[in-house]
This record gives sequence, structure tokens and C-alpha cells, in this order.
Amino acid sequence: MTVSISMTINGSSVSADVDARTLLVDFLRVNQRLTGTHVGCDTSQCGACVIHVNGKSVKSCTILAAQANGADVTTIEGVANGSELHPMQEAFRENHGLQCGFCTPGMIMSALDLINVNADPSEQEVREWLEGNLCRCTGYHNIVKSIQAGAKAMREA
Amino acid sequence: MYSFDYKSPSSLSEAVAMLQSSDDGLLLAGGHTLLPTMKQRLASASDLIDLGGVSELRGISVSGDAVTVGAMTTHAEVAASSDVRGAISALADLAGGIGDPQVRNAGTIGGSIANSDPSADYPAALVGLCATVNTNSRSIAAEDFFTGMFETALAENEIITSVSFHIPKCAAYCKFPNPASRYAIVGVMFADCSHGMRVAVTGAGPSVFRVSEMESALAQSCAASSIADISISADGLNSDIHASAEYRAHLVTVMAKRAVEKACASC
Repeated sequence: MTVSISMTINGSSVSADVDARTLLVDFLRVNQRLTGTHVGCDTSQCGACVIHVNGKSVKSCTILAAQANGADVTTIEGVANGSELHPMQEAFRENHGLQCGFCTPGMIMSALDLINVNADPSEQEVREWLEGNLCRCTGYHNIVKSIQAGAKAMREA
Repeated sequence: MYSFDYKSPSSLSEAVAMLQSSDDGLLLAGGHTLLPTMKQRLASASDLIDLGGVSELRGISVSGDAVTVGAMTTHAEVAASSDVRGAISALADLAGGIGDPQVRNAGTIGGSIANSDPSADYPAALVGLCATVNTNSRSIAAEDFFTGMFETALAENEIITSVSFHIPKCAAYCKFPNPASRYAIVGVMFADCSHGMRVAVTGAGPSVFRVSEMESALAQSCAASSIADISISADGLNSDIHASAEYRAHLVTVMAKRAVEKACASC
């Protein structure tokens, strides 16, 4: 079955006809060519595919594109201001919060949702929030440091 | 995934009609169990009826001695609700400990209990807090709702609309989570409510169950020490790579003691 969907992605209106089975992450990567959102596990555990739907972080491998019909979607491509990195992205670069970088888009989208509900998270709160984001390189320490630095930069911006 | 027809009703009556007219329809709530299962082709549907647009199934209300949570209310909404936290903090704690933040932003109470996963947290809350499951056609006591592993009392074409929890004098939930999934290897909800003492256990057996021996001991003296020597049999408990039946049986007493201690501290 084909369904007609439309949604706002990073501020732009998008409409398409897709197979009802299409996952949101596949719609973003294959149909929209927004390949910053990654597929790590495809089983809703690793968090590489985290994006925002109507302002909340979700795993886009476990939501149908059709479920996001009419929604406001933000992906990693939508957070920078042109060539100027978002303070959270800058904090990851500054604090060596990534090595291979595969998990980073999901980490940053997850972190930005945390800052929405808690502008000044403690180290423990950051670690608990990252329950759903796996990194196999860094050991998390610098990711936590990056998120706290990014939160500080956002508070001061 | 096998192919299906996607339906998006905007009201409960429309959803019921779509379910009734489908050959083999399934309801899509948060989708965090159903979609992974469909991806593996372990489940399929002629029609997938998405309840995401049915606003009457969302929301939280407190009236008299009950907290009512709409079936499509997410775990994150229950965890963040000041109404829930004020009336039954144990319920907010339980919802805030399910999965991870993204799972909690999508997963719903109705979807969770309809699935009746033996390791899910909510069954312990429903049975422990003497809840009632409301559907489009009737109300079902929580103890009668969970009938077995992935089995419930729901009839064909029946849709959960909300869950009403009794506000207890005090309650607490403690779980030993699977370190990867955060599902309960064993979780215990203890509550002291107008129905008496309740000790409801999830994760340990095929479905949620009460421990009447602990409830009687707590009715005599509401302290963790009264149940310290009560152990439950490992017969019939779940056993897998994460924990043996004997280990789960041991954890029931440990988690129950912690839940009682935590509840007494807040009482």
C-alpha cells in the first residue's frame, strides 16, 4: 500500500508517496538524502538514528514515515546555522567527544532533547539520559564532558 | 516487514470500526514492540491501525482516589506529570525507569499492557496499585486483565482506552533491570492501599503475580524485616541467559524488601 505523507523537515515542507512500510529513517536517508541520521542496530537500541519529532527525541528506525505525517521533524542536518556549528556540535569537536563519529548525530540530537528539559544537567543526569545511545569508541567520558560544555555554551548564548 | 494497509483514525469509534472491518488488523500504539516484531516478520497485519491521531486516548487526570492515564499517554508523559508524581510517586518512578528516554517518548501505557510482556514494568504497577483497565466496551480489574505470557483478557476488536490507578497511602517500585534493555529481570511494586497490602511481581514469572504470604506478613507489621525470611519457590519461574529461575526467586524477596523500605521512608 502507498501512503501520501507530508511533513516539515528542518524547516522545509516535504511531500511524498511512500510504501506504508517505510521507516522514517529510510525516508530521511533514501528519499530525502539526509544521510546524517545513521542506522546502527535497526532494533531501537543504539540511538544512532535519534532525531526530533515535534520537539521530542525518538529513534527513527522504530517509527513509520506515515506516523510522522504532519509532524515537525529535525535531523542533525537542521541544527547548524549554515557553516556555523551549533554550540553542542562545537562542544563535541572541542572536547574530543567523538572518534569514529558514527554515533555522534544521535548523541547530539539526544543531548539537545536533554537540554530542552534540563538546561544544566549534572554528570550523572547526562549519563542516565544517554541510556539509549551507544558509543563503541570513546568510553563516553568525553561525550559527557562535551554535553555539559555544550549545555553551558547554550545557557550563555 | 510484510505489506499492510496503513490506517489513521482520528476518533475511537473510527478506530473500532476499522478494526472490526479488517481481516487481521493490529493496533499501532507507540510501536516499540510491534514494529521491531514486524521487521523480523514475527508479526504481520492486513491493516495497521495507528492510534497516534486519536487524541481522546491521551492525557492524565486525578479525581478523588484515582489517577487515570489515557491509553496513548507515553511513559515520558507519565514520568514527567506533576499530577502523577503528587498522587503516586511510585508510578512516576516506574514510568521513568522504562527503557531509555527515546523509548519513553514513544512507548505508551496501553501498548505496553496490551502486549503483556512478562518483563514489562507496567503490569506490576497495575496489579500492585489495584488498577482498572478501561476499554471501549467494559472495565477489567488488573488481576483479571493479565492472563499469561503475552496474553490478556482483551476480546477481539476491544481497544484499551485508559487505566485507572487507586491512590495508595504509600507505594514504591524497585526493579533489578536487565543491564542492556532495562526490562525488569524482577520488579516489585509494593503498595499500602485501601484494599490492603499489595506485593506485585513482574519479570519473574510468565505473567505478573502477587505474593500473598508477603502481603499477610506486611499486614501484621509493615516493615522490610517482616518479609526478609519469606522466599518464593523457583518452580514455574522464568529462566534464561540473564537469570535462572532460582536467581529470580531470590531477587523477588530482595526487591520486595527494598520496595517496602522505600515506601515506608516516604509514608
